[in-house]
Amino acid sequence: MEIPKSFLGYKRENGRAGTRNHVIILPVDDISNACAEAVANNIKGTIALPHSYGRLQFGADLELHFRTMIGTGKNPNVAAVIVIGIEPKWTKRIVDAIAKTGKPVEGFSIEGVGDIDTIAKVSKKAQEFSMWASEKQREECPMSDLWISVKCGESDTTSGLASNPTVGNLMDKLEPFGVHLCFGETSELTGAETVCAKRGKTPEAQKKFMKTWNDYNDFILKEATDDLSESQPTAGNIAGGLTTIEEKAFGNFQKIGSRQFIDVLEPAEEPTKGKGLYFMDTSSAAAECVTLQAAGGFNIHLFPTGQGNIIGNPIEPVIKLTANPLTAKTMSEHIDVDVSKILSRQMNLDQAGDELIKATVRVANGRLTCAEALGHKEFVMTKLYRSA
Amino acid sequence: MSSTEVIIHDEKDNVGVVVIEKIKPNQECNCWIMENDKSAKIKSISEIPLGHKIAMTDLKEGDTILKYGHDIGKVVKSIKMGEHVHVHNVKTKKW
Repeated sequence: MEIPKSFLGYKRENGRAGTRNHVIILPVDDISNACAEAVANNIKGTIALPHSYGRLQFGADLELHFRTMIGTGKNPNVAAVIVIGIEPKWTKRIVDAIAKTGKPVEGFSIEGVGDIDTIAKVSKKAQEFSMWASEKQREECPMSDLWISVKCGESDTTSGLASNPTVGNLMDKLEPFGVHLCFGETSELTGAETVCAKRGKTPEAQKKFMKTWNDYNDFILKEATDDLSESQPTAGNIAGGLTTIEEKAFGNFQKIGSRQFIDVLEPAEEPTKGKGLYFMDTSSAAAECVTLQAAGGFNIHLFPTGQGNIIGNPIEPVIKLTANPLTAKTMSEHIDVDVSKILSRQMNLDQAGDELIKATVRVANGRLTCAEALGHKEFVMTKLYRSA
Repeated sequence: MSSTEVIIHDEKDNVGVVVIEKIKPNQECNCWIMENDKSAKIKSISEIPLGHKIAMTDLKEGDTILKYGHDIGKVVKSIKMGEHVHVHNVKTKKW
C-alpha cells in the first residue's frame, strides 16, 4: 500500500497541527472542578477536564502537576483554553506557559469572587472562544504533523501475537515520514528491560532508560508486599497462556516494531529532539498513561487490547484494535480496528499494519473513534506521592 | 489455505502458540512463522488450549525458552517436542 502523504488537520499558531479542535475549561485544582463543569455546561462546544488534585502538592509531584496541566493546554488538539483555579498565582503560571503557543488562553481565579460570578465571567469568555474555534477549518497537513502515542491494555496472548505487532508494523512504516512516536509503561517492560535499553539510539538514551527502569524497580521493591512475584503475570494472564513476566514484557515490546528510541521523557514531558520514537516514563494504568502522553503533545493514540479495555481521552482520540476474535465480537462498539484475522492467517502483519494506517488517517481527518462516540473522556493525573 | 493451529513469532523460537480452541494429543499441527511468513509442522503430545505454548523441540532442565526471539524463562522440568509448555515446566529468571 502507498502510505498517505497527508491528513486534514487544524493548523495551530506555533506550527503544530491538531486532529481535533477542542476548547477546554481546565481546572487548576480539585475544588475548581464545579466551576469548570458549570461553564462547560453553559457554553456548547467546550469541554471541562475535572480531576482530583492540585492542592498542597510539592517538589517533583507539583512539577508533574504543572507539566500535565500546561501540556494539556498546549496540545495542538486544543484550539483555546480557559484556566480556572482557586488562587491567581498557580493559575497564572499555567496560563503564561500555554500562551507561548500563541493560542487564545485566559485564566480566572475564584477566591474573593465566588463560584457564581466566576461562572458568569468565564462563560462569556468561553462563548467567545467556542465561536472563534468553530470557524477553524481543516487543512492539508503532512504526515509528519502526526504525533502518535501507543499503549496497550487488558492484554492477553493475542496482544503479543498480533495486535501489538500490528502497531509495530505501523511504526516501522510511518517513522520514515517524520512522525513523532511515543511508548511508555515502565512497569510492564520488566523482563525485557535490557533488550529495550539496547533500542536506545545513543549510549545516553540507553543509560537514561536503564536509570528510569531501575528507579521504578527500586520503588516497587520498596513498596511491594510479598505478593508482587505472584502478580506478574496475573492469574488471568497465566490462564490465558502467559507463563512469565518476561513473556508478558516482550509481548508489550512488540508495539515499537524495529524502531529505536531517541530519548527518554519524564512523565508529560514534550519531546524536543525532533521526529522519531521516544520512551516516556509512565504508569501502565491506561488512563494515566494516555493523559501523560497527551500532555507531552501527542495528537493521536493507538491502543491494542486483548480482553477489551474501553479507555478514551478528552483531547487525544484513542483508536482501539484487537486480535482477539471474541473481544471483537462481544465488545464491537469499543473496537475501531479488528485484526483477528491474523490468527487464522487470513491477514498478515503487513496487511494489518496497512489497515491500521488507513484507520489512523481517517480518525486524524475527523472520524470519531469508538471511545469518542461512547463519551469516554478519562483525564487522570499521575500523582507521585501524598500531598503536604 | 490449510488451517493454522500454531503461530510462532520468530524463526529462533523454540515454542509456538496455539491459536485454535485447543489441540488434542497426537494432532498434526500447521505452524506459521510470522517473522518470515514461512510454515512448519509439529505433532502434539499434550492437549493444549488456545493461547498456550507448544514445544517445537526437546528441551532439558536449565534450557532457555525463546519466544519473540528472546529469553522468556528457564526450563525447570524436561520437555518433549510437542508437549505443553507453561508454569509447570518453565519459570521466570527474574525472581
